[in-house]
Parts: sequence; structure tokens; C-alpha cells
Amino acid sequence: MAELTSQAQARVVRKQRVFAWVQDYGVYAAVLALLLFNVLFTPHFLDAANFRTQLVQVTPIVIVSLGMALVIGTQGIDLSVGSVMALAAALVVMYLGYGWLPAVIVAVVGGAVVGAVGGALVAYVGVQPIVATLALLVGVRGLANVLVPQLVEFRNPDLIALGSSSVAGIPVIVLIAAALTVIVLFVVRRTTFGRQVVAIGGNRSASELSGLPVKRVLLTVYVISGLLAALAGVLATARLQASDPTSLGLFIELSAITAVVVGGTPLTGGRIRVLSTVMGALLMQLLSATLIKHNLPQSWTQMVQAVIILAAVYATRERR
Amino acid sequence: MNREQAGRLLQQHGALMVLGVLVIVGSLAFDSFATPGNAASVVVSSSFLAIIAIGMTFVIISGGIDLSVGSLFVLGGVLAAYGSQYGLAVALLLPLAVCGLVGLLQGLVIARTGMAPFIVTLAGLLGVRGLMLAISDEGATTYLVKDRAFAAVGQGELLGLSYPVHITAALALVAMVLLQRTGFGQNVYAVGGNEQAAALMGVPVARTKILVYVMSGLLAGLAGALNAARLSSGVTILGIGLELDAIAAVVIGGTLLTGGAGGITGTVAGVLLLGVIQSLINQVGSLTSAFQQVVSGVFLALVVVAQRLLSKAQRLT
Repeated sequence: MAELTSQAQARVVRKQRVFAWVQDYGVYAAVLALLLFNVLFTPHFLDAANFRTQLVQVTPIVIVSLGMALVIGTQGIDLSVGSVMALAAALVVMYLGYGWLPAVIVAVVGGAVVGAVGGALVAYVGVQPIVATLALLVGVRGLANVLVPQLVEFRNPDLIALGSSSVAGIPVIVLIAAALTVIVLFVVRRTTFGRQVVAIGGNRSASELSGLPVKRVLLTVYVISGLLAALAGVLATARLQASDPTSLGLFIELSAITAVVVGGTPLTGGRIRVLSTVMGALLMQLLSATLIKHNLPQSWTQMVQAVIILAAVYATRERR
Repeated sequence: MNREQAGRLLQQHGALMVLGVLVIVGSLAFDSFATPGNAASVVVSSSFLAIIAIGMTFVIISGGIDLSVGSLFVLGGVLAAYGSQYGLAVALLLPLAVCGLVGLLQGLVIARTGMAPFIVTLAGLLGVRGLMLAISDEGATTYLVKDRAFAAVGQGELLGLSYPVHITAALALVAMVLLQRTGFGQNVYAVGGNEQAAALMGVPVARTKILVYVMSGLLAGLAGALNAARLSSGVTILGIGLELDAIAAVVIGGTLLTGGAGGITGTVAGVLLLGVIQSLINQVGSLTSAFQQVVSGVFLALVVVAQRLLSKAQRLT
């Protein structure tokens, strides 16, 4: 009898271990498996050109996802990121006459201001993150379109170089995304601010009671998200060599949330997995590239993505 | 009337009051605003969003959210146009069956696994759009509505208003009765107010949640079918971002996203308010539709801030 119970217990423990493993390393395993599949079965997959295209395409999503991971860590959500990208695209061409660097700075500051508005609504007024940033999603996309009503091509060589040049064969855009990943990783793991973000997401009232600057930290997190989204918008604009506020960043909020969630960061907050978020973004990109390379249509890609999101969230949901 | 009652009144009927003010201002400012023709066009173009927002109201009162309605609207339209070659019944039943089934699946997953509605319906948004693309040859095929009877459902008129407006009004009435006068309605409020307490009181929590998503799916599919009948084709590019419009209308109408409170009157007022803002911007002429987005966004922000301040004031008294 006692033996039976211990066997049952062992089974439960084993099951829990499997879940814990999937939660921690599932997304890495999935990326590796997809890579292996492609190396074996996709012609020209290892060509440098193909590899670069994939990386460059996923870069804006990675940058936006980094900010989104911080926001979700506080139990929030930021729906405004796509519209902020569009606003940054509009601002950068409006101020390009003053030189590329001032234009980029104006665009990034613009994104930070939008983030501050959302953050203030969430932290100081107490509006729910999803509604506050939904208002910004609608309003800021409109603002970007009012500022720059149609697609504008530009010829500024420095901005074009930012989008298309490479260092040692690696596109500058990708290097920037990698550097940002390292910075965010450092902030989350090694700084007081990072610990405060996680603490607030884990238990807001306890954080308040223990004297953490909850409101200021929340505000900062949304400012960072806006800033990163604007930067992603600038880089995407530089790569396109055209400013397109109507369609730039459309639905990127959904891709970013997907990357964060597939990476195992719970929507309930209190835990931020930076590297897994980047892996989540890579996984979705690699998946759609693989399906397209093997002649499966767009419709299939979206349905498979839906299944992967559900599976990932099911595997990583909090055990009760 | 004390302060608390005033606050509650404002929260519940604020959208209606602002709507009234905007209509009066619009009538005074523009000669062509307060005409039967303009009023009819506002009401007709609002009706499809209203049908979706009615379903969304149930979902949000129950404490959930449904991001899949925009995709279901498009899918419903494509299925209705495709089905119309087999007659009126198929044109109406096919989208209802498929969209209702999607709602059922989402509801089951949400109620049985405890996964967040936001994520489950986000997956729904993607999956349903994929399904829609698959049956329309990646969006390349546009099915035309050949069935006269089905086209008439979208285009026919009664008392100067097209049928979709009457259907919307009827649905709003039914929804109001369901929400205010039936046990199901009480359950929806109870689940959204406090799920644990509701479960302890014997409210069938899982069944209520599932039903709410089924309703939302059915209504989104119906709205898509009516729209296809009106346009005589199942257009594959419409409906993008519609879920956000619907959520905005519900929130502007005074329903709290935290669940447990809200109503259909407010939602209908919220939808009309968005329609009137668009109409007013059209009247000015020189302003683009992009400007309408700015106004809608600012408006939504003002409303939620006001809601928040009002509910704070209520708690203080």
C-alpha cells in the first residue's frame, strides 16, 4: 500500500518535472528542432543571405517584445506599440531636414511621451492597462496619419545606411537588437529597478506596503516600452527607406504579446524571461518562414501559430 | 439625489448624455447633420458594430474579453456569401454554425483550463483569420451573393431604415431582457463580479462562461453575414481591428472591463457615439478619417479617466 502511494507520488513528481522543464526550456527546444528540420529539409536554408533576411525581419518584433516583456512582468499590457512605431516613422521623416540624428531623437522622445501618457493613466489614474493603451492604439495611429498622410520616400543616406549597412557581415539593425536584449537582460536580473518591476507584478499591494515606488516604476516601464517601440519604428523605417504610418507596425502588439507568452512569461506578472522572449519571437518567425518555404499558404501559418500559442500557454500556465 | 447616485447615473448613462450633447451641437453647427438621410446613414453603418458589441458586452460583464470577433465577422461574411449559392437558409445558417462553434471551442478552453481569455481569443483571432484565408484561396477569391432573398436581408428597407437596423434593434432588446430579467443574466453578472463567490452560491460558472463566448461568436458571425448581404459579397479585408472598436464602444458605454457591471443601453449609446463622431468629422469635410481616430482615442481616454474618478468618488462616500 505504502509502495503504491510512493509510486503514485513519483509519477506526480515526474509529471511536475516535465512541466517545469517545458516551462523553462520548451521554447529553446522548439527553436532548435525547427532549425534542425530546416537544415535537413529546406534547400538553401544555411545561405547567409537567407539567414540575414530572417534576422532582419524579426528585429522590430524582438525590440518591441523586450518592452512588452517588462510591461507584462508588471501584470500590465501595452497595445499601443504598433501605433507608436507608426508615430516614430512619421516624426522621423518630418524632422529629417535637421539631420538624421535629431530626427531619430525626436521620434524616440515622441514614443517615450506616448509611453508616459499610457503609464500615467495606468499608474496614477488607475485605468486598466488594456483600456489605457487601447485608447492610445486608436489615437496615436490617427495622429501619425494626420502628420504624414501617405507613404513618403526619403533619400537621406545616413538613415538609409542605418537600415541597410552591416558590420562584419551582421546587419547593424540586428546588432542594435542584440545590444538592447543584453541591456534589458541586465536591467531585469541585476538592477534594483528590475527587481522592483518583478516584485510589483508579483504582488502589487505587498510592494506598496513595503515602500516600493510602485507608481514611478509602473510609469517607467511604459516609458521604456514606448521608447523601444519608437526605436523599432525608426529602424523599420530606415530599412524600408520610406515612412509608412498607415501600415507600419499594424498588429505588432499581437506578435509581441505572442513572443512574450510563448517564451513562458506569465500574463499574470511577477516573472520576466528576457532571452526566452527573444526565442519566442524567433520561433514564430522561423515557423512562418518554414511553412512558406515548404509552400504552405499564409492561412496555414496563422492556424499553426494559433495552436502553438495555445500549447505554449497551456504548458506554462501556473500549476494550481 | 446624493453624490453617490449622481456618480452612478453618470457612469451608466454618461455615453447617452454625451451623445445627446453631440447631436445637439452637430445639428446647430451643420445644416446637413440633422437630416433623416444622415441619421439613417449613421444608424445603418453603426448597426454591424452594434451587433458585435452586444455580444462583447456579455463577455466583458462576465469578466472576459473576446479578441476573435473581428476575424469571425470576416469569416461569417465569406461563409454567408459562399453559402448563398445554396439559398437563403444555408447563407444564414452556415456562418452561424461555424462562428458559434468557434465561440463554443474558445469558451470550453477558457472555462475548463483556466487559461486567460485574452490569450485564448488572441489565438482565435489568428486561427479564424487563417481559416477565412483558407476558404477564400488566400483572400484571392471573393464570393458574390447571387441569392436575391439573402441580398434582400441586407438591402431591404422598412420605414426608411434598412433591415439590419431593425435586426440590431430587436437583438438589443432581446439582449437587454436576457441580461436584466433572466437567471442567465444574473449568472453573467455574478461570474464577472466575483467568480469564487458565484461558484459557492451554486452559479454554473463554467456553463455561463461557455454560453457567453458562444453568443459572442454567433453575433459576430451574424453581423458578418448581414454585412455580406448588404455589400452583395464576402469581402476578405474588412473587419480588421473591429474587436478593438467593439471593446472601445462597450467601455465608452460604461461597462467596466473588470466585469460585473454594465449594460446594453450603454453599449448601443457607445456605438452610436463613435458613429456620430465620424459623421461630424465627415461634415467638417477638410478633416480626414485619420482625424476621427485621434478624436476616438482621446474620447476613449477621457471616458475611462472619468469612469475611474467617478468610481473612486463613489467609494469615498
